[in-house]
Amino acid sequence: MAEMTGHSATGRVTKGEAAVSTALPSDYFELLKPRVMTLVVFTAIAGLVIAPGHLHPVLALIAILCIAVGAGASGALNMWYDADIDAVMTRTRSRPIPSGRVTRDEALAFGLTLAFFAVFVLGFLVNWLSAGLLAFTIFFYAVIYSMWLKRSTPQNIVIGGAAGAFPPMIGWAAVTGTVTLESLVLFAIIFIWTPPHFWALALFKSGDYEKVGVPMMPNVAGNRSTQNQILAYSLVLAPVGVLPWLMGFAGTAYGVVSIAAGLGFVWLALRCWQMPSDDKAMLPAKKLFAYSILYLFVLFGALILEAALPGLAALVMGVAS
Amino acid sequence: MSAETGPSEAELEERRRKAQRARSVAIGLALAAFVIILYVATWAKLGAGVLMRDL
Repeated sequence: MAEMTGHSATGRVTKGEAAVSTALPSDYFELLKPRVMTLVVFTAIAGLVIAPGHLHPVLALIAILCIAVGAGASGALNMWYDADIDAVMTRTRSRPIPSGRVTRDEALAFGLTLAFFAVFVLGFLVNWLSAGLLAFTIFFYAVIYSMWLKRSTPQNIVIGGAAGAFPPMIGWAAVTGTVTLESLVLFAIIFIWTPPHFWALALFKSGDYEKVGVPMMPNVAGNRSTQNQILAYSLVLAPVGVLPWLMGFAGTAYGVVSIAAGLGFVWLALRCWQMPSDDKAMLPAKKLFAYSILYLFVLFGALILEAALPGLAALVMGVAS
Repeated sequence: MSAETGPSEAELEERRRKAQRARSVAIGLALAAFVIILYVATWAKLGAGVLMRDL
């Protein structure tokens, strides 16, 4: 038997024709893009918590789990498709597929299986509208964004940003069984936030994207045009971020937080806009990128806290009395 | 010059065995979690009604 066994440079043990994987569960977990998943879960919780109506806590937890798994499946499918360019970019070359720990076929099977279970469990146990939205989100990210837009247009992340914007809408639909103007506003906040967030990253990582031929805005239109567009989107984002308060489905605390956070966003976008387009360190772009993540967490965190605090306070008072 | 850069055959076989066991445990845990989720969700959705149905 020994003469039939060999091993490849990637550490995969081969027996005759078949390769036997040395991938660990942690490698598969990495395929789920856990950091992206955190933001998805957080925004989905916000949609679920502020939606009018009641969903059994167990079913709410299952809905969040399904949305998380669905987002993870999208990540795995994205890594399956993008393995060729991931191997070239410094930011992504240690991912499980380019580093040889997981094969593309394994990632594809893993992603499809998780997507199937996430959608059907959400449909059977919660409702089919939220399951349909989840299925569409996975399709949008894996097919529309990864396979089509990403390599064909500098508007890739503008349109592709919709995939990341659906989770709060799914959370809302899980409770109400509908899509309303309020859930569309939550969608709009993430949708408009995505371009300045990604383009700030693309400004200081443009070399990576250029190397693999991905038409990100700085490589196609240049840094100056990207900086202009970042500022334009930020000026739209700041007021849109305040809409939940203006429309009455968030309270004053959210209103104050969103105004302050929006002003901070515009201020950093302005600093980024003032940055010389041939700046080597790109510090203002790096600051804006870091702040943009904080911005979304703060806004959706405020929505969650505002909606959950009265219930928690009542619970504490009830226990105390 | 016989500089060995990669792990030996025996070491790789051991890694393969450990990885396979870890994956089996992970799949087992995921299946157990799935069963528990369905069980708890059934109670959450139907409650006592799970016993009240036309036969």
